[in-house]
Amino acid sequence: MDWSWLTGRLSADYLPQDPVTIGAAVGMPLAILAVLVAITYFKKWGYIWNEWVTTLDAKKIGIMYMGIALLMLARGGADALMLRAQTALEPLGIELFDTQTFQEVFTAHGSIMIFFVAMGAMFGLINIALPLLLGTRDVAYPFLNSVSFWLFFAGMVIINSSLVFGGFSNGGWLGYPPLTGLEYNPGPGVDYWIWALQISGIGSLLSGINFTVTILKHRAPGMTLMKMPIFAWSVLVAMVLVMLAFPVLTATLGMLALDRVAGMHFFTSDGGGNPMMYINLIWAWGHPEVYILILPAFGIFSEVVATFARKRLFGYATMVAALIGIMFLSFVVWQHHFFTMGAGANVNAFFGIMTMIIAIPTGVKLFNWIFTMYKGSIRFTAPMIWFMCFAVTFTIGGVSGVLMAVPALDFQVHNTMFLVAHFHNVIIGGVVFGYFAGIYYWWPKVFGFTLHDGIGKLAAYAWQVGFVLAFIPLYILGLMGAVRRLDSYDDPTWQPLFIVSGIGVGVIALGFALMVIGMAYSVWKRKELADTTGDPWDGRTLEWSVPSPAPFYNFAITPRVSHRDEWWERKKAGLKVPTRSDYKDIELPKNSALGVYIAVAAGLIGIGFIWHIWWLAIVALIAVVVFVIKRTFDDDTEYTISADTLYKLDKEARA
Amino acid sequence: MTSHAAHIKEKAANATLGFWLYLMTDIMIFASLFATFVILRDGTNGGPSGQELFNLEFVMAETFLLLVSSFTCGLAYLAIKHGQKRRTLVLLGTTITLGIGFLSLELYEFGELYLAGHDWTHSAFLSAFFTLVGTHGLHILIGIIWAIALGDYISKRGTTPDAVRKFSLFALFWHFLDLVWIFIFTVVYLLGAIS
Amino acid sequence: MKRLLKASLIPLGLSAFVVLMWVLVKDVTIDVLEPTGKTAIEQRNLLYFTLGLSALVVIPVFGMLGMFAYKYREGRGADYKPEVDGNYTLEAIWWGIPIVIIGVLGVITWQSTHSLDPYKPIASDKPPIEVQVVALQWKWLFIYPEYDIATVNELPLPVDRPVHFSLAADAPMSGFWIPSLGSQIYSMNGMNSQLNLMPEKTGEYKGYNTNINGEGYSKMTFTADVMSEVDFTSWTIAAPGEATDNNLNMDLATYNILAQPSLMAKPQTYQLAEKDLYDTIMAKYMGHGHSSSSSKTDDTEGMNHGTMNHGGTH
Repeated sequence: MDWSWLTGRLSADYLPQDPVTIGAAVGMPLAILAVLVAITYFKKWGYIWNEWVTTLDAKKIGIMYMGIALLMLARGGADALMLRAQTALEPLGIELFDTQTFQEVFTAHGSIMIFFVAMGAMFGLINIALPLLLGTRDVAYPFLNSVSFWLFFAGMVIINSSLVFGGFSNGGWLGYPPLTGLEYNPGPGVDYWIWALQISGIGSLLSGINFTVTILKHRAPGMTLMKMPIFAWSVLVAMVLVMLAFPVLTATLGMLALDRVAGMHFFTSDGGGNPMMYINLIWAWGHPEVYILILPAFGIFSEVVATFARKRLFGYATMVAALIGIMFLSFVVWQHHFFTMGAGANVNAFFGIMTMIIAIPTGVKLFNWIFTMYKGSIRFTAPMIWFMCFAVTFTIGGVSGVLMAVPALDFQVHNTMFLVAHFHNVIIGGVVFGYFAGIYYWWPKVFGFTLHDGIGKLAAYAWQVGFVLAFIPLYILGLMGAVRRLDSYDDPTWQPLFIVSGIGVGVIALGFALMVIGMAYSVWKRKELADTTGDPWDGRTLEWSVPSPAPFYNFAITPRVSHRDEWWERKKAGLKVPTRSDYKDIELPKNSALGVYIAVAAGLIGIGFIWHIWWLAIVALIAVVVFVIKRTFDDDTEYTISADTLYKLDKEARA
Repeated sequence: MTSHAAHIKEKAANATLGFWLYLMTDIMIFASLFATFVILRDGTNGGPSGQELFNLEFVMAETFLLLVSSFTCGLAYLAIKHGQKRRTLVLLGTTITLGIGFLSLELYEFGELYLAGHDWTHSAFLSAFFTLVGTHGLHILIGIIWAIALGDYISKRGTTPDAVRKFSLFALFWHFLDLVWIFIFTVVYLLGAIS
Repeated sequence: MKRLLKASLIPLGLSAFVVLMWVLVKDVTIDVLEPTGKTAIEQRNLLYFTLGLSALVVIPVFGMLGMFAYKYREGRGADYKPEVDGNYTLEAIWWGIPIVIIGVLGVITWQSTHSLDPYKPIASDKPPIEVQVVALQWKWLFIYPEYDIATVNELPLPVDRPVHFSLAADAPMSGFWIPSLGSQIYSMNGMNSQLNLMPEKTGEYKGYNTNINGEGYSKMTFTADVMSEVDFTSWTIAAPGEATDNNLNMDLATYNILAQPSLMAKPQTYQLAEKDLYDTIMAKYMGHGHSSSSSKTDDTEGMNHGTMNHGGTH
């Protein structure tokens, strides 16, 4: 009897061979086991299941997103440390990994940082802050929100389990075929990459719909679109981009998967396939993706600068116009990622000029932030320090971006360390610093105590210094001829710069450690750092009108909005104490475990495809269909909190 | 209670907007597949082109079934809005039957191509053809499963406002698939046959 | 005092960093900034021009950022106007200035993209020399059809004479780049990419593969050996004979071995026995060609488990 159908192509041959990966492959399951044992020992399963796993509360889902994103930042950061350690030490004959492992590590680094750190932190912050900023109790589809998170989680599990079984893709974070096709990559590595991205990508797609409807339909009464906090605008634009761009990713990864499992010829070099089509499609998603990540960061900075300059945001209307301009432009620039593919000069010039035009609205935003500081009364707390670091770093990244937008120049720096330095410059300087500012800014709202400000500032300084040390040398190395994704080089004059860069990554790691230490210290000192007012920063928008930590119902009384900076204006006008008659019954979603079940089944579909265990994929697919039908036809999904209860709860929360 | 009724109404409006947005994302998926198909249409790898493979009369029959099913689906929606449970179920049943008919014809067409040795592994053109048309077929299958579950729900709970809301989304989905099919019919079959 | 000390940390640290960078690179050639080819020189000049133009925005931004941060910090008692939230004149200015700058840069971009288009022949009184480039896993094959020579990982070129490259790949997409001479371009299966360059100074320049194409990617480097016209001519005359004497003939059999995934320990020169080699390789991927996947799959199967097939002597 042939039992191979049972386990597909899974076999012991796919266990890791080299010491570094064996270490990770043994360490990771042990760490997970330790956590599980601890949960069992402290009898916390019920708490975790009821309060977290099955929750439909956007704030809790947001916290889980942030937790995963920080964990993955540690993983992706460790990858970065290893990569730079290799390039710093390799000329001395110290080779940390063989080439195959090195290539898997940089592919994992890129994929994890974009999909599981940046996207995770973005959805985390949106979940935490958006409903509160809009003055609403929840997102439009709380259940869908849970599905999105658990799909993200399933993708995260898949990408990390490649460490234990089968290895990862070696094709870079966007996996260009034919390198990632069956012909050159028959193993499971590329399939891990495809399915981790596919599953979490579908989660992102659903989130895009969810938050768009939330913003369009769930604003507090009186909050017109032009009275929304600018963060909500930035999220709206980003989510529209998600809805337009992510389906392209889904289709593209689907076609690559079909090439690999069904022997199709979309992107193969033989059979009439066209690998260039893949490169076009993946960047038709990939370029908007960059803006999907950066726009919410812009939104966060807009809130942070106005709050800490104690001043209205300068040029609100132009900020909105700039966001919408960027939204449209982001779809007509994708070709600038491959000027060197040999399109004609007219095409290259068109896309180059379109790319530069994006610098205009982006520059306008920067001027507006700077003039929000003008005649303000600025407090340099940690979020504001992140803003200052962003303003400097992102501008430099913008300049290198404009350089690369000139096709004739791109021909000399494309796919070199210069490019690597450029996109880290905008992603670390823009996205990462933005989300960190958001973490320090909104932390008290969900946890009820502020993060230690001094340690937070130190962390920001370490990140900034580390960034300069790590990436300025890479710019120079690129101009010297160092291409990206190098595991070894034979020019000894490059080594000193690679060593400086490696030290820089170490300093960034120190910055990350300081953040974690700061969080731990703040938890320890949470009594002293407690936020008793609900408004620790003298804030301007509605999230600061509710107690910290924000109650599960967000707002006991639905706020009525008449100003952009509603909370600021209310404080100026004098606050009124609500009376019993202001409270109404409210309805909230019941917890549901189906989100987890759907994601587990989706993850198993991925596993089935990765290892060619077809029965598993089919059974899991049927399970997904059954779960979705079950949920769709379940009408009993909400419960009511009476006005009396709400009155009591609110009184306690405010005491 | 009025706030409760308002809450239900708001949820219905949300669901409709969200579903429209979902359809937009689905259009983007189909757009990607269409673009790929158009680019790869000539990549026949020395094998047959669409002109040699497609039987237009057969595809006309498929189109007819789907168009009629869209019509019966629309009638069923009218019926459920008027609270005519039996009529709704009969018309929904007709829609499902026609959908199954369409899917059977499509599978028959696929089977013929496969048996004649023109399966998806032979050229980029065939890969793109099977994927584009197959993705639409998969949507039809999902629609049929949805319709069956919907029929079960209506037969148990009747033509409640919740049922009407759920039905309206299904009707949107079914008409949407009809629209996509018109594009497939034009771009894949008609243009394939004349070029 | 303490504040002053803190404030001086930023310029001090920056200066130290600049000095460090300068010490590390002062004796090193920065290929892109010290070009020796016509295209690369123009690209370097364009780079400096664009940087200068960007500085027109960056310097005021940094100036205002620093100034406002210092002047309007809390407790300093400067003019505080919390209600100010816009100013049409100012906003028009910072829409206007970038628009003008990008407008200027746009015109320059349009012109330079056309004048430095890699497909555009370089004007010269001498006829261009034709080199066909094939990216393999993981080496570069250069074919000189006019001289019946094929080389691997070594690219002899005459100085001051335009070169026209035709590029293809018998490997996953690769990128051909000699930073000292200018412009890189992708080489792909069944696509006849083109590149025109003109070396203006003799010397040996490093060439790279810029796009990952498998395990040996980073070792896929070559040397562009730019020599005088006289030296080049004598090389083209002597090389085929020498290669034949050493039994180094580039026919299909030799090519098929070379095309297997492997690293080359040292450059090699061949006599070009198969005249249409480049066209044969191109045709392999032109839709109607025969399938090339079966033999390669076997090799890469082994590779995926971490063994690299070192074809040359290592």
